[in-house]
Amino acid sequence: MIMGEQKPLEVILGMLAPYDKIVLAGCHGCVTVCRAGGAKEVEILASSLRLAREAEGRPLEIKEVTLERQCDPEYLEPMRPYLEDYQAVLSIACGAGIQFVAEKYTSTVVLPGLDTTFIGVTEKQGLWVERCQACGDCVLHLTGGICPVARCSKSLFNGPCGGTTTDGRCEVDKEIPCGWMMIIERLRSLNQLENYRKNLPMKSWKTSRDGGPRRIAREDLME
Amino acid sequence: MKTASRLERVFDEGHFAVTTECGPPRGSDPEVIRKKGELLRGSVDAINVTDNQTSVVRMASIASCAILKEMGLEPIVQMVTRDRNRISLQSDILGAAGLGLNAILCLSGDHQTFGDDPDAKNVFDIDSIQLIELVKMMRDEGKFPSGKEIQGPPNLFIGAACNPFAEPFEIRPIRLAKKVDAGVQFIQTQCIYNLDRFEKFMDEVRKLGLHEQVKILAGVTPLKSAGMAKFMKKNVAGMDIPDDVIQRMADTPKEEQAAKGIEICVESIERLRKVEGVAGAHIMAIEWEKMVPVIAEKAGLLPRPDISVPSD
Repeated sequence: MIMGEQKPLEVILGMLAPYDKIVLAGCHGCVTVCRAGGAKEVEILASSLRLAREAEGRPLEIKEVTLERQCDPEYLEPMRPYLEDYQAVLSIACGAGIQFVAEKYTSTVVLPGLDTTFIGVTEKQGLWVERCQACGDCVLHLTGGICPVARCSKSLFNGPCGGTTTDGRCEVDKEIPCGWMMIIERLRSLNQLENYRKNLPMKSWKTSRDGGPRRIAREDLME
Repeated sequence: MKTASRLERVFDEGHFAVTTECGPPRGSDPEVIRKKGELLRGSVDAINVTDNQTSVVRMASIASCAILKEMGLEPIVQMVTRDRNRISLQSDILGAAGLGLNAILCLSGDHQTFGDDPDAKNVFDIDSIQLIELVKMMRDEGKFPSGKEIQGPPNLFIGAACNPFAEPFEIRPIRLAKKVDAGVQFIQTQCIYNLDRFEKFMDEVRKLGLHEQVKILAGVTPLKSAGMAKFMKKNVAGMDIPDDVIQRMADTPKEEQAAKGIEICVESIERLRKVEGVAGAHIMAIEWEKMVPVIAEKAGLLPRPDISVPSD
C-alpha cells in the first residue's frame, strides 16, 4: 500500500492560519489501512485542530469528510455541492489524492496534511516498511523475491557492498537489514545462487521516475 | 591491450607492487596534494586519490590526480557511482584518460548519510561492477553503452576494491569473481588486520582461480593508537580488528603506540607477501602519508623497480 504519515500538528496549524472554515478530507484507501488518513484520523485531527484554534481564540470550523478514494474522479464528486462554502481543503490522502482534489477543484486551495512516504507493507502492528520503489521494471524473479532497488540503501544490482555489519545490517542504519544479504540467503535456500553469479547489467531507469511522469494507457478500458 | 599504467608494468615484470592512497584537501590549495605527493615519491608504484571518501567533500579526485601527474607521479583515479550518473561517469572516464591518467578504481562509494551533506540526493545509476564493465567496454570496444563509437578510447588499467571481512563472508570470493567477470584487472582490499581470516579468503580465491585472473593488492593501514583501533572496530562496518591486535596496541605505552602500529603493519605486509595470490600491498596511511616510505622501507619493499613507461 501507499504509506503516509501525518504532518506535525504545528505545521498543519501554520498552513491553516489564514483560514477559519475548512474541509478536512480523509480517504478510505491505503492511508486508512496505514492509520494515517482514514475516517478515524479525520475525527482525531479535526478535534486537535479545533482545540488548538480555540486556545488561540480563533475558532476553526471544520467539515469532516472521508471519501471512498481521492484518486478516482467519481469519488471526488460528493464534495462539489458544499465546497464553495469553505476556504480550503486539508486533505490527508496520499500525494496523488491531494493533487487530484486540487486538479478537480481548480479554484479551491488544497493543503497537504500528510507526507506520503513509500510503498510498503505492515510488518507487524504499528510497523510499516518500504518494499517497492515503483521503478517500473521488476527483477524480483532474479533476486529471490527481494528487491535490490528498494531494499539496498545504494540500490546496487550486484551487491552486497562492503558495508554489511557482522549482524547482517546495513551500515547506513542498524534498523535496516542488508538487502543483499537477504537476497543471497534467499537464493541459497531456493537453490538459485547461480542467479547471483551472473552480473546484472545496467538498468534502464526510463521506466522509473527518471523518464518523467509516467502513465499507463489501456485502450481496451477506455470508453 | 596494454595500458601505459606503471602499475600494470610492475605486475607484468613480476614485481610485488606497492600502492598507497592520499586524500585530497578540503580546499582548493594544490600545495596540499603536492606535499603529499612529494612524501610518497619513490616509495610506491602508484598513488590512489580518493573520491569524496566517507561522503565528505574534498578536491575532485581527477583534479588531484592531474596535479600528481604533473609532478611525474603515477596516480590512480578513484571514481564512485554515488555522485554521478552514467552520462557523467562516461564523461569523467574520458576526462581522466585525456589528462594522461592511466588507472581507475571503480567503486560504489560510501553512502552520503555518513558525510557532511546527508540531505543530498544520491545517484547510484549503476554499481561498481557495472562501472568496471563500462570502463572496459569504452576501452576495449571503443564504444559507449549507447553503441556509438568513441573517438580515442580511454586506455585505463581497471581496478576495484574488495572487502574480505564484510558479511556474508562466504559470498565475498564469489563477488570478487563477479568483478573479474566484469573485467577488473587489479584489486585493492579493505585494511587487513585479521590475517587468519584473510588467508582463508585467499584459499577460496585460489580455488576459484581468481588470483590468476586479477592482481590482488592486500590493503594495510597502520594503527596510530589503541584508541583508533577500538574506534575503527566499533564504528566501521566490515572492519575486522582482532582483539589480540587491539591488546598489543593497548599494552604499549601511549607515546610508543604509533611505532607499535607501524611495527604491526610491517609484520602484516611480510606475512601477506607470502600468501599465494597476493601480488602487492596497498598501504593506506590515513592522513599519515609520511609513514608510507617508512613502512615500505621496513617491509623491504624499497627501492621500487625503475619502470620506464614509454611516452605515447
